[in-house]
Amino acid sequence: MSEISRADVEHLAKLAHIAMTDAELEKMTSELGVIVDSVKQVQEAAGADVPATSHPLPLTNVFREDVVGHVFTAEESLANAPDAEDSRFKVPAILDGE
Amino acid sequence: MTETLTEAQPLSFEEALERYEPVMGFEVHVELNTATKMFSSAPNAFGDEPNTNVNEVCLGLPGTLPVVNGKAVESAIRLGLALNCQIAPYCRFARKQYFYPDTPKNWQTSQYDEPIAFDGHLDVELDDGEIFRVEIERAHMEEDAGKLTHAGTSGRIQGAEYSLVDYNRSGVPLIEIVTKPITGAGERAPEIARAYVSAIRDIVKALDISDARMERGNVRCDANVSLMPKGSSRFGTRSETKNVNSMRAVEHAVHYEIRRHAGILAAGGSIVQETRHWQETTRTTSSGRPKSDADDYRYFPEPDLVPVTVTEEWVAALRAELPEPPAERRRRLRQSWGYTDAEFRDVIAAGLLDAIEETVEQGAAPAVARKWWMGEISRLANARDTEPAELGVSPATIVELNGLIEQGRINDKIARQVLEHHVDGEGSPAEIVAARGLEVVSDDGALTAAVEKAMAENPDVVEKVAAGKLKAIGALIGPVMKETRGQADAGKVREIVLQKLGIEG
Amino acid sequence: MRPMLRTHGSKFRPSWMGSEKKMTTTPAELVRLTAAQMAAKLRAGEITAVELTQAHLDRIAAVDGTINAFLHVSAEEALETAAEVDKIRAAGGTGAQALHPLAGVPIAVKDLIVTKGQPTTAGSKMLQGWMSPYDATVVEKIRAAKLPILGKTNLDEFAMGSSTEHSAYGPTRNPWDTGRIPGGSGGGSAAAVAAFEAPLALGTDTGGSIRQPGAVTGTVGTKPTYGSVSRYGAIAMASSLDQIGPVARTVEDAALLHELIGGHDPKDSTSLPEEVPAFSEHARNHQLTGLRIGIIKQLQGEGYQAGVLARFQEALEALRSAGAEIVEVDCPSFDYALGAYYLIMPSEASSNLARYDGVRYGTRVLPEEGPLTIERVMGATRAAGFGEEVKRRIILGTYALSAGYYDAYYGSAQKIRTLIQRDFEAAFEQADVLISPTAPTVAFPLGAKLDDPLAMYLNDIATIPANLAGVPGISVPGGLSYDENEQGLPVGIQFLAPAREDARVYHAAGALEKLLQTDAEPLWAQIPELAETAGAASSSVVEGAN
Repeated sequence: MSEISRADVEHLAKLAHIAMTDAELEKMTSELGVIVDSVKQVQEAAGADVPATSHPLPLTNVFREDVVGHVFTAEESLANAPDAEDSRFKVPAILDGE
Repeated sequence: MTETLTEAQPLSFEEALERYEPVMGFEVHVELNTATKMFSSAPNAFGDEPNTNVNEVCLGLPGTLPVVNGKAVESAIRLGLALNCQIAPYCRFARKQYFYPDTPKNWQTSQYDEPIAFDGHLDVELDDGEIFRVEIERAHMEEDAGKLTHAGTSGRIQGAEYSLVDYNRSGVPLIEIVTKPITGAGERAPEIARAYVSAIRDIVKALDISDARMERGNVRCDANVSLMPKGSSRFGTRSETKNVNSMRAVEHAVHYEIRRHAGILAAGGSIVQETRHWQETTRTTSSGRPKSDADDYRYFPEPDLVPVTVTEEWVAALRAELPEPPAERRRRLRQSWGYTDAEFRDVIAAGLLDAIEETVEQGAAPAVARKWWMGEISRLANARDTEPAELGVSPATIVELNGLIEQGRINDKIARQVLEHHVDGEGSPAEIVAARGLEVVSDDGALTAAVEKAMAENPDVVEKVAAGKLKAIGALIGPVMKETRGQADAGKVREIVLQKLGIEG
Repeated sequence: MRPMLRTHGSKFRPSWMGSEKKMTTTPAELVRLTAAQMAAKLRAGEITAVELTQAHLDRIAAVDGTINAFLHVSAEEALETAAEVDKIRAAGGTGAQALHPLAGVPIAVKDLIVTKGQPTTAGSKMLQGWMSPYDATVVEKIRAAKLPILGKTNLDEFAMGSSTEHSAYGPTRNPWDTGRIPGGSGGGSAAAVAAFEAPLALGTDTGGSIRQPGAVTGTVGTKPTYGSVSRYGAIAMASSLDQIGPVARTVEDAALLHELIGGHDPKDSTSLPEEVPAFSEHARNHQLTGLRIGIIKQLQGEGYQAGVLARFQEALEALRSAGAEIVEVDCPSFDYALGAYYLIMPSEASSNLARYDGVRYGTRVLPEEGPLTIERVMGATRAAGFGEEVKRRIILGTYALSAGYYDAYYGSAQKIRTLIQRDFEAAFEQADVLISPTAPTVAFPLGAKLDDPLAMYLNDIATIPANLAGVPGISVPGGLSYDENEQGLPVGIQFLAPAREDARVYHAAGALEKLLQTDAEPLWAQIPELAETAGAASSSVVEGAN
């Protein structure tokens, strides 16, 4: 069986900031287990000496000139905001200080 | 499980150091002074209306992509070189993922296991001239977050009803400099902490890659402190005091954390690995949040940015243009100018090293340059509530003013007046002297008449001089000055007096 | 063996095919022209852009109630652009000469690509009502060339799916059989083109989202070389795999659109610096002599429907008899492509979709109970705003990137990517282009695989290797499948070429398209006539709806 437990999925949902009901957690645990089992074979096929590819084409050093471009007005910035005040985005209280 | 003691009365600093050896580590964030942001062409500017220095990239809108600011990369390489680091021939950006409302994509684009600069060191100079070497682990490029304002009764995050977000700072280029653990500092740990941050500030200013204004958060320091019992080499649990934003505060924070840790350890307790916040008013730190497994940042190489490769030629070209390291420069200037240690320290504290150096380069004697900048210019600046360097007096003006004195065209007192008129915008010293008719009176007729009048009114003084007490001439100079409204040349006055009395000068 | 192409099932035969001499073209005939033909008629002054655009808007109003290809129709804007083209053309002179060859030919845009002045939803409730303040680079190019934009097409939510059933706004239906899926994620664009609602459309392809819908709707779709078309303004699913590409009814039309949208973009760091070649010339070059075509051993046989394999074999025969040299190539690492893809794609997606948190734009949902903190608002917003498949992939990706699992999952998958690139390199030593069926099956009935994620994922088995390696691929109609279960449904043939050699797929696909035509009749001429429901426009296609 899969190595993914319900507690794992609960933790992942927390990391991903998705609230889940018990029923959703149960379903996700079993579905994820099946998927993870099916993709596991990549570990065996990937030899230790094989380099990883993060970018499909080998471009390097793509830089921008340090020249100022367009900006939004505060009104434009906030046009789609669910909530705003004083030209700023408004969010509910933050409990956890970084 | 029994309760573990995690709080206790701090020990005195002396007692703490008798029993424990401090270990420090610093993460210093430097905001670059590029025109645009790290990954977008929106302006990198401070103090504007909220959410107006942003475009679709800074707000993390759907579909947007980052493009690296080439100048920021160059700044990072130059800083790496100034910190004696190796420069990575190949490196990538990575996404550091965590949800926070000041982070528009809910990840910070940073570098993870491939920093652009690594394995360096910085020699910092302490107050008594001793040099302490700080080993640098890495310097990497990343972006700043937006700014949160907490609304509600306290104005702080705790107890706030809601928060407001301004993304103007979102995406401002940062370089994070991480030290290796600093051991062997002993009682000088707080002083080393301050000197290290000060040295970083000097370097980024000398490189002109940052405005380096700590009060604006251009340079921010996270200080890690842990203790190990004397004789042990096993590091203890560390605390991380975040965003200590003045050099004085860095010194005090390290001082306090050493005492706090020692108090807990001495009482048999254990240190919680956590972030702490510096409280300027009480000069203490307070508990932030514990490090937890929630800190799983899920780093992976940023697929939207291609790797950066740095050739040896590029490094060599940037190395060739590096300015002299600030510490070396100070040593050199102190020696060549011949100031005393106290004089030199005052010059540095006043922030006038550059001004004096330039004045000397333009031909003034080091003592003269110091006299003007530390004296009259500083006085004027103080009176006008500004910095000497921002008064608008150029080194060339000082050289010109001093030339007028040396030519005997004005005296010191007049020169000070001329300087003030110059600051008030009346033109160059020569122009002011001409316009205001301030040139010393050297035409013999007027001057001789003034001298004769002074001699006639002060027969006792004349007697003393005639008897050979030449120093007494000084008493005649005052009245002559009064008569000529200060424009007499004191040497000339003396010459005429002696001549009248038939004494050989 | 069945004949290569059959004309039965074709209830509608465009009159322009049978009577070339006819001077006027009815709206029904107009929408059945190719984009190249429409462009030629516009240039010749035989039709106006407004007429052409209106014909498509009428067609949308008539059939989209059934098909649901469009999430938003922008009739007014499209007609304005068309009128502008007509005005410029009427004025003549340099202005008319400077018009882009496709000016006035309408186009549909996948709703994953952002557009100023029209909503962009990504098929998700999360972005319901969101108006982008900027245009994607491809949209800027389309506007500059003055192609009237008809509207935004349906897709699986955030392009995650192979059937368009994962759209928050209802599934799109396949014009060949409205009880079946149109493929995905770009089912809307493919169905719009197949149902003659648009001659051209934009798609995005992360694992096959242009090609597999092309295959099951009998249309043409290209996934360009990674970096050939700017991704700026394409809402990201998996950044290292995503690519915008053209959707059309003919290879030449796809090539023409690719020429328009391709090229370097300084706003996309992964954009290639090269100039765009004249792909359409390659699409018109039907000379196959000496072209080496490689059959990929791993992309045939088991798992592929008999009807699909039969059409594939016929395509090979046709190519061989036209002078192509057919060789077999071995790409052993392709067996791991699906596994690697389902680690890389969700990992990158979990990161790219983190920004949808209800703070800056889009939906914000408050928790039903408990304290109102930002953490809980984010959790509730993402719980309500994302559909099941999106959540599944976010959780899977979060897992693959999390501490302790990175090396085993994401790290290993990136190694497989290297191995697949090496397989491609070796294969392209032996062959100029590679060939395979585009999808293992024809269009399946709506709902058939909705509860089985793994079965759904298998649809992309033949298209995924190209995304992992960054190479170009095209799907071109290969005829209709007939086996015991599936009768008369389109089969797609895929060509693959080395990176930056997109011209080769247009050449091979253009030649095959020509070979498979009987009586000069393309496959899409056999698309069943759709019932034109008068009230159709009342559902989703009204201007400004949703």
